[in-house]
This record gives sequence, C-alpha cells and structure tokens, in this order.
Amino acid sequence: MKLETISPVHDYLRIHKKFPTVWCSGCGIGSVMHAIIRAIHELEINKNSVALVSGIGCSSRMPIYLDFNTLHTTHGRALPFATGIKMVRPDMKVIVVSGDGDALAIGGNHFIHACRRNIDISLILINNYIYGMTGGQVSPTTPLESYAHTAPYGNIDPSFDAVKLATAAGATYVARGTNYHIVQTSKLIKKSLEHKGFSMVEVISQCPVLYGRLNNMKLPTTMLEWQRDHGVNIKAWDKLPEEKRAGKFPIGEFLDDTSRPEYTDSYYKMSKEVREEAANGEE
Amino acid sequence: MPNKNEIKGTPAFIQGNEAVVEAALAAGCSFFGGYPITPSSEIAEGCAEKLPLVGGVYIQLEDEIASMASIIGASLAGAKSMTATSGPGFSLMQENLGFAYIAEVPCVIINVMRGGPSTGLPTKLSQSDVMQARFGTHGDYTPIVIAPSNVQEVYDLTIHAFNCSEMFNTPVVVLLDELLGHMREKIIIPDEQDIYIQNRRYPSVPPEFYKPHDITPDLVSEFVAYGEGYRHNITGLTHDEQGFPTSKPAEVQKMLKKLRRKIHAHRKEIIQYDEDFMDDALYAVISYGSSARAAMSAVRMARARGIRVGLLKLKTLWPFPGKRVHQIASEVKGIVVAEMNMGQMIREVDRYAMGQCKVKGALRYDGLVIEPDEIYEKIVELRTKK
Repeated sequence: MKLETISPVHDYLRIHKKFPTVWCSGCGIGSVMHAIIRAIHELEINKNSVALVSGIGCSSRMPIYLDFNTLHTTHGRALPFATGIKMVRPDMKVIVVSGDGDALAIGGNHFIHACRRNIDISLILINNYIYGMTGGQVSPTTPLESYAHTAPYGNIDPSFDAVKLATAAGATYVARGTNYHIVQTSKLIKKSLEHKGFSMVEVISQCPVLYGRLNNMKLPTTMLEWQRDHGVNIKAWDKLPEEKRAGKFPIGEFLDDTSRPEYTDSYYKMSKEVREEAANGEE
Repeated sequence: MPNKNEIKGTPAFIQGNEAVVEAALAAGCSFFGGYPITPSSEIAEGCAEKLPLVGGVYIQLEDEIASMASIIGASLAGAKSMTATSGPGFSLMQENLGFAYIAEVPCVIINVMRGGPSTGLPTKLSQSDVMQARFGTHGDYTPIVIAPSNVQEVYDLTIHAFNCSEMFNTPVVVLLDELLGHMREKIIIPDEQDIYIQNRRYPSVPPEFYKPHDITPDLVSEFVAYGEGYRHNITGLTHDEQGFPTSKPAEVQKMLKKLRRKIHAHRKEIIQYDEDFMDDALYAVISYGSSARAAMSAVRMARARGIRVGLLKLKTLWPFPGKRVHQIASEVKGIVVAEMNMGQMIREVDRYAMGQCKVKGALRYDGLVIEPDEIYEKIVELRTKK
C-alpha cells in the first residue's frame, strides 16, 4: 500500500529515511517539532531556504528528521555554526533547536553573544529540566530540590531563567510556551520566525522517563497537567500576587522589540558603504 | 626550484601574517571568523579591513570554539572560510576541527605557533604544535598540515591550503610561528591569472540522487552549499554516504576508511618539500618552518667546510613524506632533525628511518630562534661520534 500524505506536516519530514525517531514514548520534543513545522507551513517558507541547526542532546536530533538544510553539530555550539551560515546567507531562514543543557550550560557563552549581536536567528529552546540523552543528570534549569541521577539527595543548584537571560543579553524577541499550551507555542514560534533579529522561544517540555519518573510524575499526562497548572499566561501573571507565584512560571510573549538593528543588516550596510567609498575614492 | 627573478607579479614587503590575508583573498576566501590572540592578531585585523571591501564577511566571535564553528557554518553555506589563532586557541578549536574532518567541510585554520603548554610564551616562537595538528582532536583522522618557512611560502602555501581543502573537502591547518608571522620579507605576489585556484565540486546529480559523502572513484565527494535545493543533512555523528547517522559496523568502517584514503590516495598532489644539496649528501638535515632557515645556513656552513650535507625542507608536514625520508635514510650516514620543540617531527623521521642511519635532534625550546651553529654542531657530532 502506498503511503498517502495525510497531513501537511508529512511534507516536511524525511519520512522514508529516518523514522522512527530516537525519542522515548511520552517525550515532548515531537510536539515541539510539530509546532515548528506548523509555523513554517503557515508562513509558507520555502523548505530550500530553511537551515535547521542543532547541537547535541535529545532535542538536537530533530534536524535529522526534517526535510530542510540540516546541520547537527557539536554540543552547545549550534549558535556559532548557525551564525556562520546566516552571515554568508542572510536571505536564509536560520533556526536553531537546542535543549536546556545544550543552550544554557555548555552553550551559555554562545547563547548570550548571539542575543547581544541580535543576529536574525530563531532559537527554539526545548527545556525539559534534565539531560535526557546522557541518562538524567541535572541541568542548569533543573528546579531546586528536585531529583536527578546526579542529584540523588535533591538538587541544590539554582537554575537559570532563559527568558530573563535572553532579555538581559539583548535578544529582541523573547517568549515562553509549554507543550500543554502547544497551539499558543506554535503561534509564538511563528512570531519568532517572522521577527527580524535574535529570537528565543523557550518551550517547557516533558521528559517522563528521566525527569518525571524521579519526581513523582511518571506519566507524560501528569507532566502535561503540571505544565497546565504551573504555566500562567503573562497577563494573569502580572496580576498574580507574589505569594501565589511560587513554583509557577509565566508563559506568553515577553519582548518584541523591532527598534534595534539586526546584525547581518548592519554588517552588509557597512560593507556596502565602505565599498562605495572605495569606488568613489578611486575616481 | 624556480628562480625568484622569473616569477612574474607585484613585489611586496610584508610580514607573514599579512601574506596570509593577501593569499586568502587571492584564493577566494570570503569568510573569516576569529578571536584575538597573540601572535596571530594581524591576520584578523587584515581580514577585518579587507573582507568588507570585497563583499566578504569578517566576524569576531566570543571565543575560538565559536570561531571554528562559524567557519564550518560559513563553508557549508558556500563560502571559502578561514580562522587564525595560536596555541591556546588551537586547543579550543580541536573539537569542532574534528567535526570538520568527519563532516568533510573545507576550511583553513592558521595557527601562528607560540611557546606552550598553556599560556606559555605568547610573544616568543616555537614549533610545538606539530603533533597537536596531527593528533589534536579525538578519534582517527588524517589531516593535511602545511608549514611555510618564509613569507613567499606563506603566500604560496596558504593558497595551496585553500586548494587542498576545497579539493578534498577537509580542513587544512597551516602552521606558522611567531617569527614567520611577524617577520617582513620581500615577496612576489603573482598575477591573478598565474594563481591556480581549486573550487569545490558542484554535484553532477539532481537532489534526489545526491549523497554528500558519496564514495566516488577518486574518493572525493561532491559538495553543495545549503540553500541550493539539495536539503541534505550534515552531522558529526558517524554517518552513511547520505549523511545520516549510523552505527552499523560495516558503514562505520567504510566511512573512516574513506576519510583516510581520500588523503592518502592523493598524497602526491598534497605533499611538497624542497631538497638542496641532496644529490651527493652523506648527511641530511630535515627541517621545516623557521627552523629550516637556520638549517639552510648550517648546511651551507658545513658545505663550505667540505662536509657533504643536504637539506630536506618539509613544506607540508602531514601527510608525512615517509617514503622519501625512508629512502634518504638508506642513502646517508645520519640525519639531523632541526625543530623548535622538545622533539616532535623527529619521532616521525625516526619511524621512517627504521634504523638505517643515525637520527639526531637539533632542538631548541626556550622561545628563541634556533641558530645555524646549533644545527651545524649536531652535523659535526654525527660525523665524529659513533
């Protein structure tokens, strides 16, 4: 029987080459992949002009399954690889998918500097609070007191807030969604792809196998319910009294700043000007 | 060796680091990603000035890890790309350098060597990264490493580096040292039409048949940039010919063999060395880089005193011209290896000499340039001691 295309999503998958995926059942990364495809499909971006770059980790396996120009790089380094591509091909839509460990621990330096440059790259940061591929070790976003295989007595490491970090470092579009609120998340990703400048969308995702199991949330559905109960829309969050905020996090759009110059624009403007000056000087 | 007066072109009086920039531009380099480090910074400064003028890209990254990553990204997007660094930065680049080897990405890395380990001697010279350039990143791989010994060679061999990287889809490391980077010499910049430029091979097949790591009869795969409609995958994982991850033993072995064989099969096109006074030599000096300058003087001193010594100057270090060294070892009574480290290339010379003759090191590693006298003394020692 011939496999019929039943969803627009299928057009974006290397469906005959690389499936099934490496992801465990119940993993949230697939939903995020779906949300990214939806956003690209709705924006009618040509597949040939998309470069999807990743580092190392569960979420970083995504490019292998998608029918774009794909690059699966080294741990934490996706952003500088993507920077090289974007500088040479500013016309291409460069997307980076990264996990919490990849983007915020080993890739932390590249993360803040990509934000600072405001280069037109969309970073989709899939945060599942854990190192999944290596077997469940603490990450820079693992909540205090929760358990991991390298925090058998509870985690004492304070965590990063990727939204605050990106905002402070100079990103110009910053948003957070969850896998539970996946329709909203897809819209946020869509907006980030439309944004000219560095954008970061953090997606709170679930790892039932290595995070949930150790923290009384064995079922993926329990983790999705946790996202539902703890992700508070930004407007409601602003009205929420401090004592009710504990343990919860705001979701939605935090920053959409179009006033700052985009990096490749600045570079090619400068390059054009000095070439014109040089040409005039010769006359 | 061509007579210098016969080379047509424009004379210039420039330092080694400036010659790198000029040669890179002539070779078609349009992307430089780097991070400042002594004694290589003039290369970044030259690129920052000149690349915008030709529509290329210069970017200063947050560190050398990012620099190496950016030149790979730029190369995959279609640009000939380069970075420049020194020892500590070269150490930081090793992981992504390995990525470029396995993912078969053309790019050029200039390492203006300084004393080490660690911060070492930032402003003094050394040749102590020879083995790091060979074995620095993890895993098995076969690098191309080039070592000029004067500013003219810096220019010519930087172009050779770009050509090799484009021809074989591989990173190429050029080892300068602090002396060569900062020394000014007169060189002839050849006319544009006299410079041979190699470009990567564009695919001869449509996207559905394209394999980025295809094992062709000459082992070199076709290379297409992102955004050309081919939508291929590039990964640092062990991959099949299509570029998708694999851990099947047969495919793993096939890929690793290809990486080695594509260099070995073409080593005659890659390897360059000069020989002087070797025809009747009873002793040989083998050297490279700045040391080879002192070695040449030492050989002349010895010849003036009637000692039959010749010089083998390596212009490419890896792949190593093992056959030639083996042959020389069978013809001479002894070999002196002159280098500015605690003895790196001498191991390889010794390995290929296979005990056919004595092998002695003239080694200096105090940050100062090796003197002809030191090498001459070793030649004399070879003759007198048993």
